[in-house]
Amino acid sequence: MSNGLGIYIHIPFCVKKCLYCDFLSAPAKLPVQEEYVKKLLSEIEQESVKYRVYSVDTIFFGGGTPSVLPPEWIVQILKKIQECFFVRNTAEITIEVNPGTVSEQALYMYRNAGINRLSIGLQSFQEKELKYLGRIHTPEQFLDTFSCARKVGFTNINVDIMSALPEQTMSDYRNTVEKVLELRPEHVSAYSLIVEEGTPFYEMQLNLPDEDVDRQMYQYTERILNAYGYERYEISNYAKPGYECRHNVAYWRRLPYVGFGIGAASMVDNVRWKNVDDLECVGEKENIQKLTKEEQMEEFMFLGLRMTKGVSRQEFHEQFQVPIEDIYGKVLSKMEQLELLENGDWIRLTRKGLDVSNYVMSEFLID
Amino acid sequence: MSNIDQSKIRNFCIVAHIDHGKSTLADRIIEKTGLLTSREMQAQVLDNMELERERGITIKAQTVRIVYRANDGEEYIFNLIDTPGHVDFNYEVSRSLAACDGAILVVDAAQGIEAQTLANVYLALDHDLDVFPVINKIDLPSAEPQRVMDEIEDVIGIEAQDAPLISAKNGIGIEEVLEQIVHKIPAPKGSADNPLQALIFDSLYDSYKGVIVFCRIMEGRVSKGTKIKMMATGASAEVVEVGYFGAGQFIPCDELSAGMVGYITASIKNVKDTAVGDTITDIQNPCSEPLPGYKKVNSMVYCGMYPADGAKYPDLRDALEKLQLNDAALQYEPETSIALGFGFRCGFLGLLHLEIIQERLEREYNLDLVTTAPGVVYKVHKNNGEVIELTNPSNLPDPTEIEYMEEPIVSAEIMVTTEFIGSIMELCQERRGRYLGMEYMEETRAVLRYELPLNEIIYDFFDALKSRSRGYASFDYELKGYEQSELVKLDILINREEVDALSFIVHKDSAYDRGRKMCEKLKDEIPRHLFEIPIQAAVGGKIIARETVKAMRKDVLAKCYGGDITRKKKLLEKQKEGKKRMRQIGNVEIPQKAFMSVLKLDDKK
Repeated sequence: MSNGLGIYIHIPFCVKKCLYCDFLSAPAKLPVQEEYVKKLLSEIEQESVKYRVYSVDTIFFGGGTPSVLPPEWIVQILKKIQECFFVRNTAEITIEVNPGTVSEQALYMYRNAGINRLSIGLQSFQEKELKYLGRIHTPEQFLDTFSCARKVGFTNINVDIMSALPEQTMSDYRNTVEKVLELRPEHVSAYSLIVEEGTPFYEMQLNLPDEDVDRQMYQYTERILNAYGYERYEISNYAKPGYECRHNVAYWRRLPYVGFGIGAASMVDNVRWKNVDDLECVGEKENIQKLTKEEQMEEFMFLGLRMTKGVSRQEFHEQFQVPIEDIYGKVLSKMEQLELLENGDWIRLTRKGLDVSNYVMSEFLID
Repeated sequence: MSNIDQSKIRNFCIVAHIDHGKSTLADRIIEKTGLLTSREMQAQVLDNMELERERGITIKAQTVRIVYRANDGEEYIFNLIDTPGHVDFNYEVSRSLAACDGAILVVDAAQGIEAQTLANVYLALDHDLDVFPVINKIDLPSAEPQRVMDEIEDVIGIEAQDAPLISAKNGIGIEEVLEQIVHKIPAPKGSADNPLQALIFDSLYDSYKGVIVFCRIMEGRVSKGTKIKMMATGASAEVVEVGYFGAGQFIPCDELSAGMVGYITASIKNVKDTAVGDTITDIQNPCSEPLPGYKKVNSMVYCGMYPADGAKYPDLRDALEKLQLNDAALQYEPETSIALGFGFRCGFLGLLHLEIIQERLEREYNLDLVTTAPGVVYKVHKNNGEVIELTNPSNLPDPTEIEYMEEPIVSAEIMVTTEFIGSIMELCQERRGRYLGMEYMEETRAVLRYELPLNEIIYDFFDALKSRSRGYASFDYELKGYEQSELVKLDILINREEVDALSFIVHKDSAYDRGRKMCEKLKDEIPRHLFEIPIQAAVGGKIIARETVKAMRKDVLAKCYGGDITRKKKLLEKQKEGKKRMRQIGNVEIPQKAFMSVLKLDDKK
């Protein structure tokens, strides 16, 4: 079997930018979008020749809000990929959608074209929170989108929710989670809000929940999702058995992936690059970087540790031809002593370690 | 050049309050006499250290010789000696003044007389200089030249009605200043036939020439080959070169004789051998006694300086060595801190001097420094009769061995507009000041006289003064002496470990307040760890204040989107880099800047 490959398609458009969003996205008129899709199609076609030896295992339409594009264009892009690449028939093909931007007709077209996983950006079930975040949809629109998705045959759906929102109380959050669980999605991404520099939130006086409430929300999330049969397989991601997002897991496992569209990142054969984030230069690459062995080891650790399963001692040894103890012996025992890591055949974050994962991961950077 | 007519020489300086335009006037005088074309002029020619230009202050005395053709058709030689303006450098100022025969007093046409104006004028009059005033900044909308002239006559008692009205910045009225220099400043006295007697008013180190001594020849003559002796330090040497000062360059000449200002090089290796204020004489034909006024300069303020990166210790030592060659007032000796490793205890003339040295080390020598809280020299009288001069709080003997302690006291003059008298008196009271009296200079302004402990003014007194008077108060001080005082050592414990670099000496009545502020400040500076960290202030083992840095409970980067791993790695790198700049005390990592932030404990208001 040939090597697997992930494909990421970036759609940098949305109806209106959310106040906390620091991703590459903005509203645009239809002709701009059309021009972009044209360039994207030719980028896919041109680049595909380099990936003859790969077979595509996952495809991910991300944004922005990919569902702002007319659905036939999404279908067209997917067709182009299927035409130019060898796409396995077991491939996981995901699209992110926002309630309020997607009709039953669109969902039907996605499903029909082969998209088999849907990621719905809900964020909250509370109307006031959605407004505060600058979201364009209501809770009802979400319910509508979800039931349409089921109706047209989506059996793998993710719902994004957020905690630690401005003005959010514990009972608000509990309400959001409970309502999501009533729908029994296969996958839940639960993030806590991070106020990033450069976003409108950064400039605003926000009444964020204090640390204790934030902690409560965090712990509650894991408890209730476990109770409902979801496994926390990654720091912020929960799935029913067998429904882990393969596309994201591939990032953490450092499997090859290629991104198309502006700002998209790629890594193939231990070379990382990024596409230029300018609509005028679709397909241009920058920051091309051949990873040194040390950098590869660092990534192996800090990406692998995002997964609750952790990283395998044996795999490290096989990949880098050196025992992990030789490189990270000191860090491992220090982190073990602090009860942040379990240090067995698999090395993984403890519950305490998950809470302070950045601290642990930064220790694995080599001076 | 040796046949200069002594009656055509004018040696003078310019005195002013900070910001009244002293250096700008100096620039204009140099420009007008054609020494430099205006294209060559960089603003403030005499302030040639980068730092001096940037801060707009003069740190080292600078000197320049210029030739002026006066309206009477004669050529005159002007030696302009620029003096440092800050109270920290008072002694240097006084020695520079001693090299002059007259002084130009620059007064701001809007602000009038300020505390330093007075201090500097009195200093000039003490040296028997003939002083004439110049009213600067007359082009400002708020200028009141007549009021200022009257004020000068009333307050200082010198003739001011024919003072040139100028704008140094815009080059207005400069010719009049040059003419008055000729007529109002006397020609130097002294005779070239007497034994050599020359005053050192500055020196600097040049890596090719060795020490270059700036001097004013009072009596006699000196030329290449003269065997000279510094009368106070006793150092002797043979003169290699003599010369005078061009703008920014040294111009050799055959001989310096009575009345002249110039430089001498004599392959002297150490600036310390050529103390400012010392008298140079001819070994073969010595003068009978040295010139008056020589004083050994003592450091008033001490602090520890440590390289942020311990491996840079040798670099710091080399840098201090080099700086000392230029700045004899800088003192240093090695010390070790448990918290900060190897470093130096350094002595300075004052807080400004400290800041300047610190900035020069960081800029000119590219060093990243950690500085401990500045302190003064305390005298510790032990039970066994021994007296220790304490410069590092960590060396304070056990309290049971101490009979009593003394601290340095300064007499201060604060000039302030009447509306702020109340708040400034309150400030002085808070700083343990002793009120001596107040004099009204005119209806709206007064001089307050206080005695203040030096350790109360080296922290943030100046800032507090400015903020409580909306910038209107000005301040001058001089050391008065030592007084017995109830002092205690305040220790800071982080996670129950004493951090020596944070200890300092404080009056017992201020200990609680200072301790509480320190703890609050440190709480903000120390990042959360995986465990709770108590921060405590203690006096003699008794805890007087406590704050707690709560344990870190969350440090997660939630979203890692679209496979952009590089961005995530950058964040982790930043986190790790941050940790490197920390000092490890026990198992607590303390950022370097925490050590410095406690220097500025905000005054209320």
